[in-house]
Amino acid sequence: MKLSSKPRATALALALSGSLALAACGASNETDSGGTGSGSGEGAELSGNLVGAGASSQQSAMEAWQAGFQGEFPDVQFSYDPAGSGAGREQFIDGSADFAGSDAALDEEELTAAEERCAGGEIFELPNYISPIAVVYNLEGVDELNLTPETIAGIFSGAITTWNDPAIAADNPDATLPGTTITPVHRGDDSGTTENFTDYLHQAAGDVWTAEPDGVWPLQGGEAANGTSGVVEVVTSTDGAVTYADASRAGDLGVASVAVGEDFVAPSAEAAAAVVENSPAVEGRGEHDFAIEVNRVTEGSGEYPIVLVSYHIGCIGYDDQETADNVKAFMNYVISEDGQAAAAENAGNAEISDSLREQAQGAVDAITAAG
Amino acid sequence: MTATKAPTERPAKQGAVRRPGDRIFAGSAKGSGIFILVVLAGVAAFLISEAIPALTAPAEDIPGGEGLASYIGPLVLGTLLAAVIALVVATPLAVGIALFVTYYAPRRIAAALGYVIDLLAAIPSVVYGFWGLAVMAPALVPFHEWAAEHLSWLPFFAGPTSASGRTMLTVGLVLGVMILPIISAIAREVFSQAPALHREAALALGATRWEMIRMAVLPYGKSGVIAGAMLGLGRALGETMAVAIILSGGAGATVNLISSSNPSTIASNIALRFPEATGVGVNTLIASGLVLFVITLAVNMLARWIVNRRADFSGAN
Amino acid sequence: MSTATRSASGTSAPQDTVRVERRLSRSATVGLYLAGIALGAGLSALTGFAVTSTVVYGVILGTLAVYVTSRAVEGRRKATDRLVTCLVTTAFGIAMVPLVSLVWTVLSKGLARLDGDFFGMSMFRIVGEGGGAYHAILGTVIITLLATAISVPIGLLTAIYLVEYGTGRLKRGITFFVDVMTGIPSIVAGLFAFALFTLLFGNDFRAGVMGAVALSVLMIPVVVRSCEEVLKLVPNELREASYALGVPKWRTVVKVVLPTAIAGLGTGVTLAIARVVGETAPLLITVGLITGTNLNPFDGRMATLPVFAFYQLTQPGTATQAFLDRAWTAALVLIILVMALNVVARLISRFFAPKTGR
Repeated sequence: MKLSSKPRATALALALSGSLALAACGASNETDSGGTGSGSGEGAELSGNLVGAGASSQQSAMEAWQAGFQGEFPDVQFSYDPAGSGAGREQFIDGSADFAGSDAALDEEELTAAEERCAGGEIFELPNYISPIAVVYNLEGVDELNLTPETIAGIFSGAITTWNDPAIAADNPDATLPGTTITPVHRGDDSGTTENFTDYLHQAAGDVWTAEPDGVWPLQGGEAANGTSGVVEVVTSTDGAVTYADASRAGDLGVASVAVGEDFVAPSAEAAAAVVENSPAVEGRGEHDFAIEVNRVTEGSGEYPIVLVSYHIGCIGYDDQETADNVKAFMNYVISEDGQAAAAENAGNAEISDSLREQAQGAVDAITAAG
Repeated sequence: MTATKAPTERPAKQGAVRRPGDRIFAGSAKGSGIFILVVLAGVAAFLISEAIPALTAPAEDIPGGEGLASYIGPLVLGTLLAAVIALVVATPLAVGIALFVTYYAPRRIAAALGYVIDLLAAIPSVVYGFWGLAVMAPALVPFHEWAAEHLSWLPFFAGPTSASGRTMLTVGLVLGVMILPIISAIAREVFSQAPALHREAALALGATRWEMIRMAVLPYGKSGVIAGAMLGLGRALGETMAVAIILSGGAGATVNLISSSNPSTIASNIALRFPEATGVGVNTLIASGLVLFVITLAVNMLARWIVNRRADFSGAN
Repeated sequence: MSTATRSASGTSAPQDTVRVERRLSRSATVGLYLAGIALGAGLSALTGFAVTSTVVYGVILGTLAVYVTSRAVEGRRKATDRLVTCLVTTAFGIAMVPLVSLVWTVLSKGLARLDGDFFGMSMFRIVGEGGGAYHAILGTVIITLLATAISVPIGLLTAIYLVEYGTGRLKRGITFFVDVMTGIPSIVAGLFAFALFTLLFGNDFRAGVMGAVALSVLMIPVVVRSCEEVLKLVPNELREASYALGVPKWRTVVKVVLPTAIAGLGTGVTLAIARVVGETAPLLITVGLITGTNLNPFDGRMATLPVFAFYQLTQPGTATQAFLDRAWTAALVLIILVMALNVVARLISRFFAPKTGR
């Protein structure tokens, strides 16, 4: 029995030295790029932490922003928890996050709490991530599809059950529609995508779609899947299935054009940015609060009304200089043309328009310490 | 000295000498046990305090607008359905596997085979989820159709069948695969520990291998198998990611296992809804977590009652 | 088998069984089984040939063929024995199906990115393709080791208490509530750890240790339950022999009971680690996700493999394939990690197990 202590000690030593050896080599991409060499002159001034939390819809855009931001300011420890919009807003309000990413603007109650959290009692809400939501379908032999809001509502509520239904045929005189059963697929999780989609159906097709907008799919039953990946996966593997998902994720699947006024508009970055630009602001908000009500019933040509708008929410006044500088620098990068282009390349979202950028720039310039 | 005192304090049974080391060791062992109770009390207190706002909130504030009971009810049904399917499928299989590895497989490869089954336990639940979605669900569609055709007189197979196979049945089977290594590992361990004297005596009396197992191994391993099954059930009840990924859930209460409208399970519903939840919605989800906690409590009480009807057969008593 | 006469059908009197040794040879049983499978293939061909139905019919028919023949030739007891052999082997075969399918899925999708970069790089400043999981691998290893360091002593000591010391209501209470603890949903464990640490250290505290505590809540009951079962099986004779030699109880436990049970304890701990190493939800709430490397579990967020894999899978960017490849490779690495731990546990238990004849 005495002998047994020796191999145990050896094993421990081996394990220890192994972990030390691992720790010593470090990640190759971090050791060579960090430090003083690569950052621009201005960047070397910033340091400390920058903590964001919130919507996972922004995750891939955030990766691009983070990469660009850290290229400029390598000494700032940046993190973004894709914990969800609700969690993000909560963490921002209780002070554990410096800014939040959120698929919905703050409601009245949260706004009051957020204003208390900030020095000077003023917050910013910037619609920095705009993504068109496409109606995505998998139907053999049909490459183009036009749908009115009423038809979409009918399909998703189960009133329209086959692809050769007269309501669909009326808008697609040139297509040969098969009699395949429609399998509408919706998100099983609570998501900003569902909320925006049901809001669109509620406003644009209120006669057919009677449910209130909600992040949780409001109807009982039907095929549900988890996350954008889930719904796209199901639609890809099921003939006759249709769903709603970020346009950038449609891949090889069919994407429907949606009736806007007299035209049918396909989802595109430009059309999504256009509808956001022309949507009215939420009333009674602060000077730097650009929460908007997306105009779902727009008739403007070239506007696509089913968009997800995800905000960055933060303070105009922070308690300490470091945080204020970091948030300011990050937001500056996010709304810059470079930042928007980087996000669009990685996430496939729509870049914000110049007038939106101008608005946002005003808010970002106002960020200070202890206002 | 101490040796002479010991028997007067604790006669016969407590054969060992009592020393300071004993007191420290016994104390720390007892302390660990009590610590676990404290942690559990902490979790329970946390759940209850967070669930109270949902219990007191008016019905229309609860997601769904019809009150807490009608929100959680279908989830409870879904949780139990999935876990029961998993347990019913996995337990006999696991016992079979454990017997195969311990008494049937050739000695030289038995350890390796056990190791291979343990591999199943090493696979993270996210992977089970994506495998279930991409491989298992489509593969089970023909079975769904067959069941709808031939077994539709059972309410479980009433149909109509799901085109994608992402049903309660599929989820139950995937969960069964997930808990298989847990049950079989423990069963294997207790089976292999069955006293060699008993086994050899049985064989010497002319018993066949199966008779030897039935008389010498199974009674000995029964409590271990039930313990393993309970561990597996706990895992199946609380499994989050795999169910969330596979199940087409969110519908009302139904026992129909093969349609695309299924009740969700408590754990997966929390995972799917929690990130975007606010206000009373958060409390409602935590209240559902409390209900899951209570279900586990009830299930365990039941299992314990079953086990205790026959006293444990173990080497230590 | 053709030489067997039909006279021996039914159970023969006990005195006969000693003398009469009518046995099916090994090749005969295998042959019968194969014949059953061939018949199954034929039956399957009637309804449109398919591999699944061939296997299902074949296994049923093969089992039946062996049972019926054995019943006719060897009698009821032997036939039951053969039937159970078939069933048990089938059970093992059934378990192999999902295993092979899973391993194949993960291997075929995960091998694409199993390269040096994956182990040498983090996702720091990586957009789109490339990058690796260096940071997540280390994060998972550190947090899991920490969780193990918390759970195993507590769990093992509790199991020892339950088996060696416990009496009365406290023992029953602990056993019962440990079972209840196995049912805590992982996300609730995460929320609990989060609430605990924010209560103690303030709202903005985030550290790997939070995740380790959350995982420990999930891990402890598994450790206790499996260790308890194993310790129970240590024969009392060993303990009594030790006491008889005047060895104090605690030394008996440490030097006799634990080494005897070490193989089972190793299995139990490995199971417990496997149970928590793939957890996503509690880690996301507590330790979050970062792109760089953080090796200090007591300060700041850490990346972990399951969270990394989950977000690579569910939130891919436009270069979708690169994200999916990373996710599956992360899953593969996670499995390899657990397997490696398993091997280590087995080596340790072999090392410390007492040399017995068994």
